Amino acid sequence: MTGQTGLQNARRAAELAARASYGRLLSVLAARDRDIAAAEDALSEALLAALRTWPETGVPLNPEGWLVTAARNRRKNEARAQAVRRAAEPALILQFDTTAAEGPIGDDRLQLMLVCAHPAIDRAARAPLILQTVLGLDAATIARAFLVEPATMSQRLVRAKARIRDAGLRFAIPAPDEMPERLGAVLDAIYAAFGQGWDNLDTPDAPEALTGEALWLARLVADLMPQEPEPKGLLALMLYCNARRQARRDADGRFVPLDRQDTRLWDRSRIIEAEGLLTTAARAGRFGRYQCEAAIQSVHVQRPLTGQLNLAALRTLYDLLVSQSDSIGARISRAVVLAELGEVDQARNELDALPMDRVRNHAPWWVAKSRIATLSRQANAATDALSVAISLTGDSAVRRFLIEQREALEAG
Amino acid sequence: MQFMLILTETSRDHARRNDPAQAGEYWGGWSAFIAAMAQAGIVVNGDGLQGPHTATTLRVRDGKRVVEDGPFADTKEQLAGYFIVEAPDLDTALDWAAKAPSALTAAVEVRPVLPPMPATGQ
Repeated sequence: MTGQTGLQNARRAAELAARASYGRLLSVLAARDRDIAAAEDALSEALLAALRTWPETGVPLNPEGWLVTAARNRRKNEARAQAVRRAAEPALILQFDTTAAEGPIGDDRLQLMLVCAHPAIDRAARAPLILQTVLGLDAATIARAFLVEPATMSQRLVRAKARIRDAGLRFAIPAPDEMPERLGAVLDAIYAAFGQGWDNLDTPDAPEALTGEALWLARLVADLMPQEPEPKGLLALMLYCNARRQARRDADGRFVPLDRQDTRLWDRSRIIEAEGLLTTAARAGRFGRYQCEAAIQSVHVQRPLTGQLNLAALRTLYDLLVSQSDSIGARISRAVVLAELGEVDQARNELDALPMDRVRNHAPWWVAKSRIATLSRQANAATDALSVAISLTGDSAVRRFLIEQREALEAG
Repeated sequence: MQFMLILTETSRDHARRNDPAQAGEYWGGWSAFIAAMAQAGIVVNGDGLQGPHTATTLRVRDGKRVVEDGPFADTKEQLAGYFIVEAPDLDTALDWAAKAPSALTAAVEVRPVLPPMPATGQ
């Protein structure tokens, strides 16, 4: 059964396997010799081979197993060639032995995440490395998520992978006392993946591809570390956001901002779960960045109950958030809350104090700039800033929304 | 795989070697560390070094030998000794490095040893 349909089915099966299990397959492949870059090469070659073979042979019953075996064979051949060249010991070949590979594929994703978060890895590379290895995001997408140049990010990732291969890091769950130190990078990566799925990558036919993966990983970490409050905070934060999924687009696919959403479309069960997680996390008495961000979402969720947004509570929480994690996003949101509370000049000063090279291409900064200009009745400045934001926005629904806002501003 | 533990020491710690009041404790600390590693059977090779004042540095420049006394790294921490250990991974090597007395006051650098060179003539 060759031909067009077979080809499409095969391509689809390979793509599905790649999308859904990239990190799982990579973690299985890289755990043997710590060579992430080589495992990535072998996995992508196996995917290419699948696209060539499957249209002719049909899609195998266990596509993931097929891909892992193909990738391992590739590495075994490579090792054999190297072994012959170097007359090295046969152990090198044994390392890639595939005889035991037919069983179900294990899940070493947590292990892989924790290796990427090893203190011997450059701090700035830890979360990006997790995104690339566990979720298969490319360097350009990761660079966007962390607001750095793609070339810088590629270099960082290549260096980190070489270090994991050469420095001999352990592929294992670390001792409990080492966990908290590694946790930060793991949580940052999960949240960045969620953000990428939310903003860019999830598509209508796979609405929760990446956000669902991020939720799954957060649940895994929260379950494995019940004593730590921050994984619960992160899980709560993502559940609050996910609860509003149905409400953030209208029937015509138009973007609906938080304050105009139909709250009847919010998923109550997710909100209740999030509130519960936040309460449990608070009992540990160790407030952190993700609990703080979840608490901010909780304030937004209260709005339909009380009939108004508690801006004073938001301000307090954003002050805390800025002291917890001095991120660009936190500072931008805090400036907007200040402006809404009437402190327009201070809001503008805080926005302008952010490093220009990092915010120049960051649409939320320009949207905030526009909002603050509107509140201080500078219509032209507001329109100009919004135009820049529009040019920087990739999401067509958000773009359309911003264009409509600009039209409303121009109409006065 | 093999790792080199490169042990550095402050001049103050180094001076304890010959201070009658502190020498016992100083050498006791190192003996315990070395004994623990020997017990675990991880040591491939290793030595302490005489102090930096005994060092001699050689360079060949324009075909001539230039010999000078002393190490030229003018830092607070000086090379004090080294061990080659056999460990399954960096984390194990770091666990051992953390037990070195000088880790508390100076530093231990841990580096994987390059595997043997490929056979020649291939």
